[in-house]
Amino acid sequence: MKARVHVTLKPGVLDPQGAAIGQALGTSGFEGVTAVRQGKVFEIEMADTDAATAKSQVDEMCRKLLANTVIENYNISIEG
Amino acid sequence: MKTAVVVFPGSNCDRDMQVALRRASGQEPVMLWHKDTAIPAGIDLIALPGGFSFGDYLRCGAIASRSPIMRAVADFAAKGGFVLGVCNGFQVLVETGLLPGVLMRNATLKFVCRTVALTVEETQSGYTNEYSKGEQIALPVAHHDGCYVADDAVLKQLEDQNRIALKYAEAVNGSQRDIAGILSENRRVLGMMPHPERAEDPALGNTDGARMFSGLVSQALSA
Repeated sequence: MKARVHVTLKPGVLDPQGAAIGQALGTSGFEGVTAVRQGKVFEIEMADTDAATAKSQVDEMCRKLLANTVIENYNISIEG
Repeated sequence: MKTAVVVFPGSNCDRDMQVALRRASGQEPVMLWHKDTAIPAGIDLIALPGGFSFGDYLRCGAIASRSPIMRAVADFAAKGGFVLGVCNGFQVLVETGLLPGVLMRNATLKFVCRTVALTVEETQSGYTNEYSKGEQIALPVAHHDGCYVADDAVLKQLEDQNRIALKYAEAVNGSQRDIAGILSENRRVLGMMPHPERAEDPALGNTDGARMFSGLVSQALSA
């Protein structure tokens, strides 16, 4: 069982790194980039269990460690 | 005053803190390792030093905040013990939930390493009782992730309860409300980005941080 977790900054949280990346895309010749928000991806290999249990375990991992819910949202997908 | 300094892998201001606490208290600080699970009896103050605990992996202070010693530190704080977190120590305190908010990458994206002007906003605490309200002091900062962020409700609560101990008196890192240091509700936990332990020895040319430690000693003696 493999879980993939996307951690992103909540809307409205200042993201100077994303802004700098957006600027660099502009200077690299990519026109029309209006905004960039950067985040993190975690790929978690887990011992075999059913998808619902895996998802609830990963949800707890996110709340306890992987995301800081003061400023970050997270999204979990379970892959077979 | 009996003190302890927590050492995490990657801490690099632990010895400076040890020197400052030894000088102020006249007693040898206990050095605690991150895998320790108990605080020795009789400790009045635990300091979480600056540095790059666990290489700043995941988020600054995040891995350290889940280490065994931090459970003991949280219990110690819940019983009213003094806990001082400086720089990375402040980051560990917010990740532990002992202080609200979060410290993000500096708005400039630059590592800031210089002496900055600060205003002492609040003197009703063991840490700041030897300063006067509104006094301007100078302390060194050295951090990449010192931009204090919290939601409006938390900021309002910090202001209403006079828990903002220190503010930057110049542009430093983009912190909301120029916050450089905040107190817990019981005023026993202080997290701050500037380094008082680097400004307590006359030989280093700046002693603005010394009164933080002497204030703590007098508070602990009177308690």
